[in-house]
Amino acid sequence: MIVTRNLTKVYGDIRAVEDLNLEVRPGEIFGFLGPNGAGKTTTIRILTTLTKPTSGNAWIGGFDVVSQPQEVKKMFGVVQQHLSLDRELTVWEVMELHARLHGLGSRERRKRIAELLDYVGLAKQAERRIGELSGGMKRRVMVARALIHHPRLLLLDEPTVGLDAQARRRIWELIRRLNSEGATIFLTTHYIEEAEALCHRVGIIHRGRLIALGSPLELRLRLGLAAVETLLDDRVHYRYFPSKEEATAYVQSLPPEVKMIVVRDSNLEDVFVELTGRKVEDGEDTEG
Amino acid sequence: MVKILKDSYSVWWADLRILKSLWQRFLITSLTSPVLYLLAFGFGLGRGIEIGGVSYIEFVIPGIIALTAMNASFNGAGMKLNVDRLFYKCFDELLMSPISSLSIILGKSLIGVLRGLMVSSAFLAIGLAISSTRITPLFGLTLLLTCFTFSFMGVLAALLAKSHQDMATFSSLILTPMTFLGGTFFSLRDLPGWLKMILHLMPLVHSSRCLRAEALGRSFPWASFLVLLAFGIAFFLVCLSVLKRSSV
Ligand SMILES: Nc1ncnc2c1ncn2[C@@H]1O[C@H](COP(=O)(O)OP(=O)(O)OP(=O)(O)O)[C@@H](O)[C@H]1O
Ligand SMILES: [Mg+2]
Repeated sequence: MIVTRNLTKVYGDIRAVEDLNLEVRPGEIFGFLGPNGAGKTTTIRILTTLTKPTSGNAWIGGFDVVSQPQEVKKMFGVVQQHLSLDRELTVWEVMELHARLHGLGSRERRKRIAELLDYVGLAKQAERRIGELSGGMKRRVMVARALIHHPRLLLLDEPTVGLDAQARRRIWELIRRLNSEGATIFLTTHYIEEAEALCHRVGIIHRGRLIALGSPLELRLRLGLAAVETLLDDRVHYRYFPSKEEATAYVQSLPPEVKMIVVRDSNLEDVFVELTGRKVEDGEDTEG
Repeated sequence: MVKILKDSYSVWWADLRILKSLWQRFLITSLTSPVLYLLAFGFGLGRGIEIGGVSYIEFVIPGIIALTAMNASFNGAGMKLNVDRLFYKCFDELLMSPISSLSIILGKSLIGVLRGLMVSSAFLAIGLAISSTRITPLFGLTLLLTCFTFSFMGVLAALLAKSHQDMATFSSLILTPMTFLGGTFFSLRDLPGWLKMILHLMPLVHSSRCLRAEALGRSFPWASFLVLLAFGIAFFLVCLSVLKRSSV
């Protein structure tokens, strides 16, 4: 569904995306996991034709994003990281504009908009202006809008950023439901739980480079499914083991001066830390 | 072709919805300054003055119509697009829709054209009530062309602007000089040759000349009409090329 080959985007001396080779298969939920500034949004902007790559290629559904933008634009629906709504329009008008832009006829429009607003739980807000809605509602409008032309591919740039736990679960549910109805989903996130809970496969991106790729389980298996945290000389040390039993055996073998021992399942955060030496949610991560 | 027009209408449609909910307020606020110009220059300063055989008030009304069309069109198209691009960020959604750049430019200009026509027609109605201004088909055509030209200019400014401040800068560097030197309030005929030449680089000068000639029943300055048309086409083409090169 999405293929990129040596995709690269350079801003001045920042390499926002570097030599990205990626394949997102039809029907999967693919997660792009990385810290702030890793290059996630830049990748989405290239895929959605808003930004031109410096070099390399990208295809959506077989169409080149640079040379066949009009074909590509019909394939995807996108929810951008930032709000991108005309606040002077009502919810219904936002939906109707998008439906018109995608060439839906008036009867089809009415049916589809009603259906989608229902789907995202905003049927009662249809006549309210965007400016009056809460952040979570705005985000749901954006999701509904992205779906209007039945896209086969949905691109979601941090779909749950800034939402409370309940709103986040609601969006997750929606994503799963869409996927079960056949849509391919490409989402970016810097939330570990989100990637683990939703994605069939995860690509970890760091400083514009893809540094790991696989299902959450595969990625953890490479490290070990069990983690042991110990406190020694005021520093936390991590060790990974293929199983809980081996982890426990290791703990029992430790000398008594080692304190605060935790045995737990490993997670994608551990994978990320091991690969890069830093945490995913550690904030700004530009090159240099 | 049909698709281009249909898509332009779709883009226009959203801005029409917004205008629909506030058109009265829009008309009143946009009519304030032309009416003030009329009072200050037409009745105040110009009482008893004649220019080229007509009373100053008859002279100044077509000029104020051109000026009003310019401001309402430029701002009507430019301000909203500027906000859409830099503040609401919803302009990206247009760029990601399967419609042509042509439709985007045209659609985003049409709201300026409509706003320009609304305000200038309202002012024209006032003018008709207090003077013997004539309206002819050529008058209407020039007014329409004026609105298109300055709407494209507004769209162009908004596409180039990197901040809201840029729009204000553009206004004060380009529109304000045209307001006072664009042939609205005085005749350019008796100015020194070099100044006249510079002022003729202003599209508003040509628009005022055409409107005034029709309103006063003089022979129509086709050369000015063509210059105005050329400005309109040029702004439109530059808009297109800016939009095509805008993806960074
Ligand atoms: N228009 C631009 N001009 C210059 N540099 C840019 C531009 N857009 C992005 N960058 C740089 O490219 C790098 C990648 O940014 P990007 O927005 O893709 O990161 P991200 O992974 O989406 O981060 P976040 O989690 O904060 O959204 C950053 O270093 C950023 O500063
Ligand atoms: Mg981002």
